[in-house]
Amino acid sequence: MLIERKWKKWIFFYLPMAVFILFTLFPFYWMAVTALRPDAELYRTWRQASATPFWTLHPTLEHFRELLQTTAFPHWLWNTMLIAIVSTAISLICGMFAGYALARLKFRGSEFLGTAIFITYLVPQTLLFIPLADIIRDMQLGNTPWALMLTYPTFLIPFCTWLLMGYFKTIPKELEECARIDGATRFGAMVRIIFPVAIPGILSAGIFAFTLSWNEFIYALIFMSSAELKTVPVGVVSELIRGDIFFWGQLMAGALLGSIPVALVYSFFVEYYVTGLTGSVKG
Amino acid sequence: MANVSIRNLNKKYDGGFHAVKDVNLEIRDKEFMVLVGPSGCGKTTTLRMVAGLEEITSGEILIGTRVINDLPPMDRDIAMVFQNYALYPHKSVHQNMAFGLQMRKYPKQEIERRVREAAEVLGIESLLERKPRQLSGGQRQRVAVGRAIVRHPQVFLFDEPLSNLDAMLRVQMRVELKRLHERLETTAIYVTHDQVEAMTLGDRVVVMKDGWVQQVGEPLELYGKPANRFVAGFIGSPAMNFVSVTISESLGELSASAEGLRLKMPPRLADRMRTHAGKRVTLGVRPEALHPATGADPADCCFDTTVDVVEPLGNEILVNFRLGGAPMVARVDPAVRVKAHQSVRFALDPERIHFFDEKNEAAI
Repeated sequence: MLIERKWKKWIFFYLPMAVFILFTLFPFYWMAVTALRPDAELYRTWRQASATPFWTLHPTLEHFRELLQTTAFPHWLWNTMLIAIVSTAISLICGMFAGYALARLKFRGSEFLGTAIFITYLVPQTLLFIPLADIIRDMQLGNTPWALMLTYPTFLIPFCTWLLMGYFKTIPKELEECARIDGATRFGAMVRIIFPVAIPGILSAGIFAFTLSWNEFIYALIFMSSAELKTVPVGVVSELIRGDIFFWGQLMAGALLGSIPVALVYSFFVEYYVTGLTGSVKG
Repeated sequence: MANVSIRNLNKKYDGGFHAVKDVNLEIRDKEFMVLVGPSGCGKTTTLRMVAGLEEITSGEILIGTRVINDLPPMDRDIAMVFQNYALYPHKSVHQNMAFGLQMRKYPKQEIERRVREAAEVLGIESLLERKPRQLSGGQRQRVAVGRAIVRHPQVFLFDEPLSNLDAMLRVQMRVELKRLHERLETTAIYVTHDQVEAMTLGDRVVVMKDGWVQQVGEPLELYGKPANRFVAGFIGSPAMNFVSVTISESLGELSASAEGLRLKMPPRLADRMRTHAGKRVTLGVRPEALHPATGADPADCCFDTTVDVVEPLGNEILVNFRLGGAPMVARVDPAVRVKAHQSVRFALDPERIHFFDEKNEAAI
């Protein structure tokens, strides 16, 4: 990095950075503080002399206890986890093979196919759910986890394919050619050389896919009706907002617990994830 | 026996680009054959067709007596060293070198023995546990070569393996490759765009241009008897000087003349040149066949000129000037004192001149 004057660094780097961090992390802080606040403090108006909107005087785990005991939240968490993992796995496997084929194999219409897959990704879910609901009903998959495990890949596969295709293109062809001379078949070279080298890309595609399916709302809202079978985003909203009553404490506790797995996944793979997005393979 | 025969080899790409045109080569067993030419001349494509990485449009390639046109790369019993080394970044040096043997299901002890042996030959024993990204350019190069030699293939293919190295290392690796080839006694095909590399490494050299083979021969043969103007200009550094001259005959004596020069035809060339009397041809003379004139030089070999630029390189001086409108370079002894813009009388060695046809550029 070029050497700069100290005050310049403070004004043009640290200060904007601090503002940005504050801005992005504040919702999480708000979520945490609300989840830990007893109802008495929560429903006090801001104009009251004793109001402390930004912190809590008597932190309590009451909302967490209620959430875990009176609602089906543990089920929702489990459903979301299972559905996200399975749909991510399906999409990654399909995306890896499709991405490899589009990046490496020359066949008639490969470019058209690539574009077509991308266009599928652009069709909004709010339109796609109507025909999908029809199919789900006909196949009698409604209200089962399969309804989501099989519909999430409709938007995850195009996404993974495109991300991985881009990554595979950055891997020098010679690696594969060398493996083929060394005695590997095309499939063998792909599995033994290209996929291991592409791990950063595969992981970042996986993380994205996992997050997308974890947060998915519309399909989960439409295809699952039993309270027990819902996912976290749908369950929290449909069961903890009754009419015009918002159970803010439990809502925030649910949101907080629901975002922990995603945060964990990100922090575990953050390094891979960054190289995956910037796509740098050094021989 | 691992001689490689290439017969009427052609490569046409889908877009219609004809990259390799009717190439015929017989590469002998244990020979080090270098393909050299400017970029886009088809040398790498030819090599890749031998490797099986590129489909053959027409023609045949044989290794030994076996036609390998339709064999996949793995069944051709070749090893290739790539320009960017193509080391597997996720494998250690040892694993990189062992991969080809593992794929061929060699027993563990045999793999271990061969990897150690190759590492010892190349002096990379201490690097075996490292990953490619922890190696310098020269070390990577060695590993890439090591990975090729552990397999004991019938033919080595090298695709510009030294061009990513810095100048010093390149010279050093050149010598090592030569030594290695003498030791291993395996047929090798080596592609480069660097004529110095081609001359120093090759038992024989193939010069290519625009997909055609221009000439095949031993390095000194290419240097001394270039088949055409392209080969003459490509081999040798600085390149051969060319000047357009007119051949004329008077009183039975042939001479070549350009502005400022009237050269009597040496007897060895006289017969061949007689048919060109009255025509314009290209005179080729290497920089080392030019020297400041002394009294011993016959008058017809001398010409007066003005020095344009002087490049003192230490062991020699390159003097730039013009003759008959064409730029010329002379390579002279560093003891010679010449300055820019000075008038100098130069002489050329009549035994070391070449003539080329103006139209088809072939040597006369």
